[in-house]
Amino acid sequence: MTERSRPRLNIGAVRSTFAPWSDPDARPLVRFEQVVKRFDGETAVAGVSLDIYPGEFFALLGPSGCGKTTLMRLLAGFETPDEGRVLLMGEDLAGKPPHQRPVNMMFQSYALFPHLTVERNIAFGLRQQGMGKAEIAERVGEMLALVRLEGLARRKPHQLSGGQRQRVALARAIAPRPKMLLLDEPLAALDKKLREETQFELMALQQQLGMTFLIVTHDQEEAMVTADRIAVMRAGQIVQMGRPADVYEAPNSRYVADFIGDVNIFEGLTQHADGATVRMASAESPLGFDVVEDDRIEIGSTAWLAVRPEKIQVHLDEPPPGPNRLAGKVADIGYLGDWTTYLVELESGRMIRAARANASRFVDRPVDWDDRVWLTFARDAGVVLTQ
Amino acid sequence: MKRRDRTALAALAPALWLGLFFLFPFLLVAKLSLSETALAMPPYAPKLDWSAGLAGLRAFLAGLDFETYARLTADRLYIAAYLSSLKFAAIATVILLLLGYPLAYAMARCPPGVRQALVMAVILPFWTSFLIRVYALIGILKPEGLLNSALDALGLPAVNVLNTETAIYIGLVYAYLPFMVLPLYAVLERQQHDLLEAAADLGCTPLEAFWRVTFPLSLPGVAAGSLLCFIPMVGEFVIPDLLGGSSTLMLGKTIWNEFFANRDWPAASAVAIVLLFTLVIPIVLYQRQQAKLMERGR
Repeated sequence: MTERSRPRLNIGAVRSTFAPWSDPDARPLVRFEQVVKRFDGETAVAGVSLDIYPGEFFALLGPSGCGKTTLMRLLAGFETPDEGRVLLMGEDLAGKPPHQRPVNMMFQSYALFPHLTVERNIAFGLRQQGMGKAEIAERVGEMLALVRLEGLARRKPHQLSGGQRQRVALARAIAPRPKMLLLDEPLAALDKKLREETQFELMALQQQLGMTFLIVTHDQEEAMVTADRIAVMRAGQIVQMGRPADVYEAPNSRYVADFIGDVNIFEGLTQHADGATVRMASAESPLGFDVVEDDRIEIGSTAWLAVRPEKIQVHLDEPPPGPNRLAGKVADIGYLGDWTTYLVELESGRMIRAARANASRFVDRPVDWDDRVWLTFARDAGVVLTQ
Repeated sequence: MKRRDRTALAALAPALWLGLFFLFPFLLVAKLSLSETALAMPPYAPKLDWSAGLAGLRAFLAGLDFETYARLTADRLYIAAYLSSLKFAAIATVILLLLGYPLAYAMARCPPGVRQALVMAVILPFWTSFLIRVYALIGILKPEGLLNSALDALGLPAVNVLNTETAIYIGLVYAYLPFMVLPLYAVLERQQHDLLEAAADLGCTPLEAFWRVTFPLSLPGVAAGSLLCFIPMVGEFVIPDLLGGSSTLMLGKTIWNEFFANRDWPAASAVAIVLLFTLVIPIVLYQRQQAKLMERGR
C-alpha cells in the first residue's frame, strides 16, 4: 500500500505513550503461565510466562525450532500445554477446541481454501458465526477494501499472486473480528520490497482496527519495525523481552546481541572503576576499553563488550593513543547504497565490522581495500554483557 | 530422412495402432449390426464379394439396413436389459462410494508408512486372477458355503444369496472397490492438513470442516472413482453370469446369448453398438473432468 492511498495515521503519537506493560493496573488480554510443551520427550516450550496487553503488537522472535510457533499454536488451540496455563481475558483456555477460541490465525502457508473464491474465503468464518447474508456481503466488501482486493472478489486463490494471496489470508483472519490476530511468519513468502511495504501496512492496519496482534517471525527487522514489544526466544524460553530499541541497544546476553542485528563482541577482564567509567583489559586493544559504569558489572570478572558496527568510526589518519582504539587493514567493503560496511582485519587476525552511513554522494578520499585504518568508538557505544 | 518426417512418423504410429485395433474392429461390428442373420457360416448376410468389383460393393452396401436396430427397440427384452444394467451399475456405484470414501479417508489419515502398506493391500487382489476370485465368491455365497456355515455356527438362520441380485451387488462391489478407493485416496492424501486447521480456526467443528473443506475438495476423486466403476459395470458379463444365475437380465449376458446361443450376430453387434454410445456420454464427462483438473495444475 502506498502512502498516498491511505489517510495517514499518526502512529507515533499513539505509540510513544503506549506502554500498558509498565502499568500495574493494566489487565493482560493473554497470559501464558509457566507453559511447558513437549513433543516426544523433546521440550519445545520450556516454561514461558508472558503477558500480552489489549491493543499491543507483540512479536515472538527467534530462530527456527526455538518454540515460537508452538507458543502461538498453544494459544490458537492446535496444541495443548503439558504444564501451565494459557488464559484469554482471565479465562483458562484449557479444553477449549480451536473453533471456540475468539482468536484467528494467519497461516504461514496462507491455507486458503482452493475451491472457494476470494470473497467466499473471506466469508468462511462469518458464515460459521451464523451471520446473515446481507451482513456478510457488507463485511466482505469492507475487508476487500481494507486489503485493496476489490476487483478480485470472484477469483480463485490459484489465480492470484503471492502478495494478493497474503492479503486474502489476512482479510479472512480479521473478518470475524477476533479478539486477537495471530500471524505466523506472515511475510516470509514475499520478496524484500513487498515485505517492507507490508510491514508498514500491518502496523497501520493494527492501529486502524485497534486489534491485538501477535506475530511470530525469525526476521529481526520485521519484529523491530512492526512490534511494540519483542520477546526473543531461544530453546523454548524467552531470553529477553522489551521494546525494540531496548532489546537492540541493551541486549542482556551475547545471544540476543548477536541475534538482533550485527555486533562485534570483545572478550575482556573488568578492572578498576574510575568514577563513572569501567576499564576492561583486552587482548584486542593495547590500552583496553573504557565503558560506562553499570551496576551489573562485577570488577575482576570476564565480560564481553558488544559494539554495533554503526557505532564504530573508521579513520584513515591515526588518532591519538587511548582506549577504545583498534588498528587494522580493510579486508572487505560492502557497499549497500545507504550504508557501507567495512570488514577490518586486526593484527590478531580478528575481523571487525564497522558501518558508515553514506551521507554525502562524494567523499574526497574514500576508504579503500587494503587501507590501513584505525577504529574508535565512544565510551557509551558498547554494552557490557556478563553472560 | 528429414527430422520433420520422422516426427510425422512418430505421430503416425499411435494413429496406426488405434486404426488397426480400435477403429477397424469397431467398423466390423458396426457393419455386422447392419447385416441380417442368415443360415450360413459365418451366420450373416450380405457378404462382400470382392470378385464382382464395384458392382459387388454396391450390392453389399444395398444389403445393409437398420432393421436390427428396429428390432431392438420393438423388443421389450432389450430395453429391459439396458435399464436393468444401468440400475445395477448405478446402485453398485452408490454402494461403492459409501464404502470406498470412508476407507480412502481412513487410509489418507494414517501415518505415511502404514499408508503404503494399505495401498498395497488394496492392490493385492489384482495379483490373483479375477475369475478365480469370482469363483471363490461362489464358494462363500453358495447355500452350503462359508457364509452359511458361519451363520450356522453363530446360531443364525441360513440365507440364500447365490443366484440373486444381492450376489451380483456383492460381486460388483467386491471386484470394483479398488477402482473407487484409489482415485479417492489420491485426492484425499494430497489434501493439506493446514486447510483443516484454518477451518477449525475460523469456527468449524471437525464435522463441519469435513463438509465445508475436505468433501468439496475431494469431488474430482468422487467423479473419477464413480465413472471408473460405473462404465465397465454397465457392460459387466462375468459377475452377473456366475453369481446372478440364469434369470439375470444384463447387457453383457444379452450380448453373449445373442452371439452364442441364438447365433444372431447382427443383434449382438447392435446391442454392443448401442451400449457403446450409452457409455460415450459418461466417458466424455469423465474426460472433461480430467481436462479441468489438468488445467488447474493439480
